[in-house]
Amino acid sequence: MFSYYLKLGWLSIRRNPLLSALMIAAIAVGIGASMTIITVNYVMSGNPIPQKSDQLFYVQLDNWDPNWDPNDSDDGNLEPRDQLTYLDAMALMKAGKAYRQVASNRTGLVLEPQGEDEMPFSVDTRNTWSDFFPMFDLPFIYGSGWDDSADQNLERVVVLSKEINERVFGGENPVGRSVRLNGMDFRVVGVIDEYQPVPKFYDVTNDAFGEAEDIFIPFNVAVEYQFPRNGNTNCWKKPDGDGFEAFLNSECIWIQFWAELRNDTEKQDYMDFLNAYVAQQKEIGRFPRPINNRLSDVMEWMEKQEVVEDDAQVMLGLSLLFLMVCLLNTIGLLLAKFMGKSTDISLRRALGASRSSLFVQHMIETGLIGLGGGILGLGLTWVGLRGIEMLFEDIVKNLVSLDWVMVVTAIGLAIASALLAGLYPTWRACRIAPATQLKIQ
Amino acid sequence: MLSMQNISKVYRAGLVETHALREFSLEVKEGEFISVTGPSGSGKTTFLNIAGLLESFTAGRFELDGRDVSALSDSESSKVRNEKIGFVFQSFNLIPDLNLFDNVDVPLRYRGFSAAERKRRIEKVLETVGLASRMKHLPSQLSGGQQQRVAIARALAGEPRFLLADEPTGNLDSHMAMSVMELIAEINRNGTTIIMVTHDPALADMASRNVHILDGRVSNGAAETRVARLATA
Repeated sequence: MFSYYLKLGWLSIRRNPLLSALMIAAIAVGIGASMTIITVNYVMSGNPIPQKSDQLFYVQLDNWDPNWDPNDSDDGNLEPRDQLTYLDAMALMKAGKAYRQVASNRTGLVLEPQGEDEMPFSVDTRNTWSDFFPMFDLPFIYGSGWDDSADQNLERVVVLSKEINERVFGGENPVGRSVRLNGMDFRVVGVIDEYQPVPKFYDVTNDAFGEAEDIFIPFNVAVEYQFPRNGNTNCWKKPDGDGFEAFLNSECIWIQFWAELRNDTEKQDYMDFLNAYVAQQKEIGRFPRPINNRLSDVMEWMEKQEVVEDDAQVMLGLSLLFLMVCLLNTIGLLLAKFMGKSTDISLRRALGASRSSLFVQHMIETGLIGLGGGILGLGLTWVGLRGIEMLFEDIVKNLVSLDWVMVVTAIGLAIASALLAGLYPTWRACRIAPATQLKIQ
Repeated sequence: MLSMQNISKVYRAGLVETHALREFSLEVKEGEFISVTGPSGSGKTTFLNIAGLLESFTAGRFELDGRDVSALSDSESSKVRNEKIGFVFQSFNLIPDLNLFDNVDVPLRYRGFSAAERKRRIEKVLETVGLASRMKHLPSQLSGGQQQRVAIARALAGEPRFLLADEPTGNLDSHMAMSVMELIAEINRNGTTIIMVTHDPALADMASRNVHILDGRVSNGAAETRVARLATA
């Protein structure tokens, strides 16, 4: 009977093309508006590294001002600041207690192409450690990341993004060749493929939805040559003295720190290590606040950092309200349509259709209308996303793509919405007294 | 076969009560052809609707094929309608965007027949009403008489025990009306019990028995047996 009901639904839609088009349009507009916002929220709140997000932990140590009055965190405890000092980051790296660990920060360097006609240009740079590449599963086209000895020996090596490699080396394998950064030659050891985690979880302190960096160099090299820092640097007291060395030894925080911990035991061991480390530091006069170390996995960290902002949540709510308004309109239109079919319904009742079979028939027709609304709504969603992209290009560049999950969601939401809207009109239609309608004829 | 005992039907609209049928009693035997006559508002159509299980009644007892159908559920009464009763309406009530084949197919779909069985039955009844060659036509491409023949074919496709016809020739000219009546009489001769509401005394005379309804009751002395006069029609 399902195919029969589908056929009847299609015929009914064709019989009242204007009314059907209005219903499809009403659903489509609601779906288009809500799916545009849902898609942005979905991408914003998506898991950027699902294969191991529960094994990657952001490290927070509370080295801050004892008089600081932070906001309460969700669990009622005081939330430590979101970056580490150089002293602590290096101590954790040196200890190497995690399966993998990475301290990193962002900087900007100037790349000088070798061609005579080409002008130098700035490149976003991540100063990091060799573990960064396997830890965050960066895909390589050529070569690989550098090894641990490069970190220790301050080797001037670099990993390029695909885009930079195409710009500087025309996309050829550049491994072993040099690029000139801030007046120094760096040996290329690898080129990564397209890599754009959304959100850019490994550093949400610098534009969570921004582009991944153009190049990656050893953290120690960046420190050695005192490359400038991009991003937030916060200090609760002035460094003891002037100059870069004093800054490195200060309580200023500017480094993001991640640890890869493969199971609960490793996580507990690492937390014990952090607590012991802070206790030890207290003995030498640092960490004036109570011990408050945190390990947050990727999704917990995204939530703590409120990567999906409240504004986006409010917009989501408003868009769903708008969908409801569209559905209310659809209910009215469906009522008009189904009441207009009272003769047909009465006739079918007379010929042996039960109320339940008529209910199913009309819900399938409603579902077809929902399907139409979903398909048109997908188109409107695409238009909406392109509009957002045009308006806020820099902010949402990586947020406006429709994947298959969103396509299925849009269609599913449209059909579910239509079925919901169709419940009352269908119920009413099935309550029509056939005798009355047939007598009128 | 059809037995109504003291059936009453009261329509209520606020404080106003309208008695459509009052202690209405009727027995119909298998194979009978009954015409139902009476002035407008006498209760003819209400009787037909109750007989067709399209409407409930306020009081009384109604048996169909020996089964009490007074309190059937919706699905049960739908099943009885589908299997035992065929309807023919004054205005044909064909579905305009379905062709003849699909129109006749409607009750068979609810019966759950296989596609092959439905096709066999549809072709047979369209052949019976002389429209087998036009089964892919839409109702709008047929004359009124032909449309009513399709409606009759639809009513017969499920091989019902009863055919309930409400003014089946009311929208037809006299020539077409006679043609349709000949078809109905033929169906009756083949064993189907027919109850036909009509205003037309000449058509009523073609039935084997006439039931006259007045003020919701079978009129005293009006139920009379007649000889079908198809030969003279």
